[in-house]
Amino acid sequence: MARGVYQAVAIAVSILMIIPIYLMVVNSLKDETQARSMGVELPASLHLENYVAVIDEGKLGQAFVNSVVYTASATVLCVFLATAAAFVLSRNRTRLNRFWYLFLVIGIAMPLNYVTMTKVMQLTHLVNTQLGMILLYAAFRLPFAVFVIFAFVHTVPTEIDEAGIIDGCSPRQLFWSIMMPLLRPAWITVSVLTFLDLWSEFILPLYFLSSSTKWPMTLAVYNFFGIYEANWNLVSADVVLTILPVIFVFLIGQRYIMSGMTTGAVKG
Amino acid sequence: MKAGYRRRTDWRTRAYPGYFVVGAVVLYLVFIVIPSVMGFFYSFTDWSRFSSEVAFVGLENFKTIFVSNPTLLQAIGNTVIFTVGTIVTKTVFGLLLALLVSRGVRRLSTVHRAFMYLPAVLPMIVVGIVFKSILNPSTGLLNEFFRAAGLDVLAAQWLTNPDIALYSIMAVDTWKGVGFIMLLLLAGLQSIPREYYEAARIDGASAFAELRFISLPLLMPVITVTTVLNLLYGLKIFDSVWVLTNGGPGYATETVYTIVFKEFARGHYAVSTALSTVLFVVMTTAGLFLIRMMHRQVDYA
Repeated sequence: MARGVYQAVAIAVSILMIIPIYLMVVNSLKDETQARSMGVELPASLHLENYVAVIDEGKLGQAFVNSVVYTASATVLCVFLATAAAFVLSRNRTRLNRFWYLFLVIGIAMPLNYVTMTKVMQLTHLVNTQLGMILLYAAFRLPFAVFVIFAFVHTVPTEIDEAGIIDGCSPRQLFWSIMMPLLRPAWITVSVLTFLDLWSEFILPLYFLSSSTKWPMTLAVYNFFGIYEANWNLVSADVVLTILPVIFVFLIGQRYIMSGMTTGAVKG
Repeated sequence: MKAGYRRRTDWRTRAYPGYFVVGAVVLYLVFIVIPSVMGFFYSFTDWSRFSSEVAFVGLENFKTIFVSNPTLLQAIGNTVIFTVGTIVTKTVFGLLLALLVSRGVRRLSTVHRAFMYLPAVLPMIVVGIVFKSILNPSTGLLNEFFRAAGLDVLAAQWLTNPDIALYSIMAVDTWKGVGFIMLLLLAGLQSIPREYYEAARIDGASAFAELRFISLPLLMPVITVTTVLNLLYGLKIFDSVWVLTNGGPGYATETVYTIVFKEFARGHYAVSTALSTVLFVVMTTAGLFLIRMMHRQVDYA
């Protein structure tokens, strides 16, 4: 009896969580009139041309490519730098390294000062550039990446390093041929989380990208919504395209997300 | 002894050279730390778009924030309400959901977990757009649902009534973020040894007694961590407000970061950066506390 009630509640909550996504998918396939009420009913006829329309009119193709470029490059850069740093900071616990570790990790809590960041961006000539976006994205996620990977390096026995060093590995060989393969679960987890987080990023491009051709999906969708607010079929198609990569990465990386999210918060 | 120690250190420094750390530290220093430190100093100036000269003005900007401009104070108040409110809702619902999927439900538990967590990975901008439609007073799904159920009194102007707009945003944010908190609490629940519950059951403890005297006390460290994470998230809130209400109606839902952006866009850089500095001080303090909490748990050696 009680089991049945629990199961029913769980199903109700799951539906509540999934309904907005369902709503966007069905309405992205309706015509303008039917989509106006954003109802739950299925489309009267399929209108795949909505997707063609948003890619053409919303210049979404460009925004999609931008998002992929920013997110993928920044993820690779961030995870590479974080793994290298976490490896050395964890293995060689000098006073100085301990300071650098804490210095990096406090960044998890530090809010960004976007106002003065514009000054740094101007001085480095990175305002409104794609390179600037990639560097900001990577820097922004570094503290969390260092934190998770650092905790993981600790679980790899140092005997493995020592064997490598005795066999004449240089530090770089030790890192690339021994540590990177052993740390694979850690950097895959961090890559998945970093990708998902940066794909959603909205504030940084809002402050630092003025030309619309450089906008990522989030900013493009927000703007598109401002212009086509009445055309819910198009807005829905736009939204579906934005969350498609997220759902894809979520599904293939689910195992890693669960483990990475809980690192640090829970022992084990 | 001393010589041996030194030799060990040399060996380690050769095998794990410092230049591995340089890339991360430089990138982080230039784009994250330097702006925050600069912001601290610019908070005491009259820096703006309208003049190339920057003069020291003492505590003037902080006076504007805390005394002379009620909008800014209201924004801080809203941020506090938002933060405290979502800490409570996410923790309570997160705990209930964690108990539901770990203890209540046997079948399809992992599917439920995935569905409940899914909103957490969606971009907030997109979630906001979806909820603008759902919360639309005349055509939105929520009010349609209330009308269909004969509860017309509950159908409200969710985002345009200044008395409830902030709470609507909090509800949307809870919907999105609760799955993440559930996941952390779930991991915490699973780390509690089974034997405790078995012993309690032999002693005839009720389900509520198990929760009250076993689960909750042993979950306290995890709840502390989720609370600080929610706090850090809540104080920075921007995306959901920006897309749902843009700070309105009037100033009813302005938060610290929406004001920072608006003042920045108006060219009032000094006030904008002073407000960021206030946030910086509060959050970095909370962060130091969080790091200490987490290290106690991961056995930082």
